[in-house]
Amino acid sequence: MSDRPVIKIGMTLALIAAVCTALVAGTYQLTADRIVANKKALLEQSLQPALAGLSYDSGVSESRLVLQPPHELPGNDAAVIYRVFAAEKPVAALFAVTARDGFSGSIRVLLGVEFDGTVTGVRILQHRETPGLGDKIESARSDWVFQFNRRALGDPVATGWAIKRDGGEFDQLSGASVTPRAVIKVVRDTLIYFDAHRDEIFSLPTTEEDE
Amino acid sequence: MSSGGFIERLQTGLWAENPGLVQLLGLCPLLAVTTTFVNGLGLGVATLLVLTCSNALVSATRRWITQEIRIPIYVLIIASLVTCVELIFKAWFPTLDRSLGIFIPLIVTNCAIVARAEVFASRNPVGASVADGIGMGAGFAMLLMVIGAFRELVGQASILSRLDMITGGEPFSGFSFADSGLLLAILPPGAFFSLALAVALKNHIDYKRRISRNASMPSNLRQTRK
Repeated sequence: MSDRPVIKIGMTLALIAAVCTALVAGTYQLTADRIVANKKALLEQSLQPALAGLSYDSGVSESRLVLQPPHELPGNDAAVIYRVFAAEKPVAALFAVTARDGFSGSIRVLLGVEFDGTVTGVRILQHRETPGLGDKIESARSDWVFQFNRRALGDPVATGWAIKRDGGEFDQLSGASVTPRAVIKVVRDTLIYFDAHRDEIFSLPTTEEDE
Repeated sequence: MSSGGFIERLQTGLWAENPGLVQLLGLCPLLAVTTTFVNGLGLGVATLLVLTCSNALVSATRRWITQEIRIPIYVLIIASLVTCVELIFKAWFPTLDRSLGIFIPLIVTNCAIVARAEVFASRNPVGASVADGIGMGAGFAMLLMVIGAFRELVGQASILSRLDMITGGEPFSGFSFADSGLLLAILPPGAFFSLALAVALKNHIDYKRRISRNASMPSNLRQTRK
């Protein structure tokens, strides 16, 4: 075997590499459009629950606005805002923001706010809270997160944005008070930000995807 | 190793030399994804596809694959095929792709595939290699499905949950028999227990068969081994 010229072996390897590359490139060409469409559909689907009861134009994910830290929203990582329109008029905004004061690590929260400041829905995107206690903030595990629906900055008034044990209006979770406090705070702070920056949010240009 | 007929090759892969049950190859995906029947089916079909195609390609190019470069060529062929399968899953079965996660790209590292390329496809004609790929792939897929179904039944007391990941349509939570199952079956140790049960069952069946075959033979031809 070893008397076979190296150059011939190298050529064989190169040829097979070229054929394999062509195979992958061809498959990529065939699937690329579908994959992009799937990713978009998945994102839109995951945003939907926070916009309950609202009719709006499709393509919410295309109105993405990414605020790199430092910004005035909660959390010290990038905050993502989706602008929601109906017949080209702004109707709501979706915020993906981070609460840093959870019981274990940060909690990523998705919050939908109508143009007039009413909450359309809150969902927990990511968390590492205690299973069986703090994880009841997930919509799949308990109804806790639904009590934000239709609330707004003045409803309840500022002191009411706390759990009942702290004199507020929101239910606590049995055995967990740090987690609900963190979520209530991040929702309230985001609403305050929305109130102050509403027009700016809807006028900023879409952030390009960097892939 | 004889190339044999198509049916014979299928039987070898499905039973006599089943990559999971007998050769104990590819245990990482086998143990990790088999939490439900649908997951097992998804990864099983993906592995079957890659194994059949890689056997066909390795066999078709075996005249040019010399001793020195055979490993890089196997890696090239298998990695390209896995990438293609991953793209196809992402395009047509996106929810299944997310459920299986990293284990689709990790088919590359399934030693059952490179083992078949080295042991069988590089020494046999294309037809026999394809039969071997289908047999071995189906054997592996079958085991994934059996263990997936078993763990789902015991662990979640349901079957066919998330079948929509393959068929499309509305989310389907499966046929449920009870509120909860034995959690252990879903956890990683449950995977080891299930595989051990499957291997034991296979050995038991083989043993029974040997006994009954021996019993029907004249006494001077009976095998005495084991």
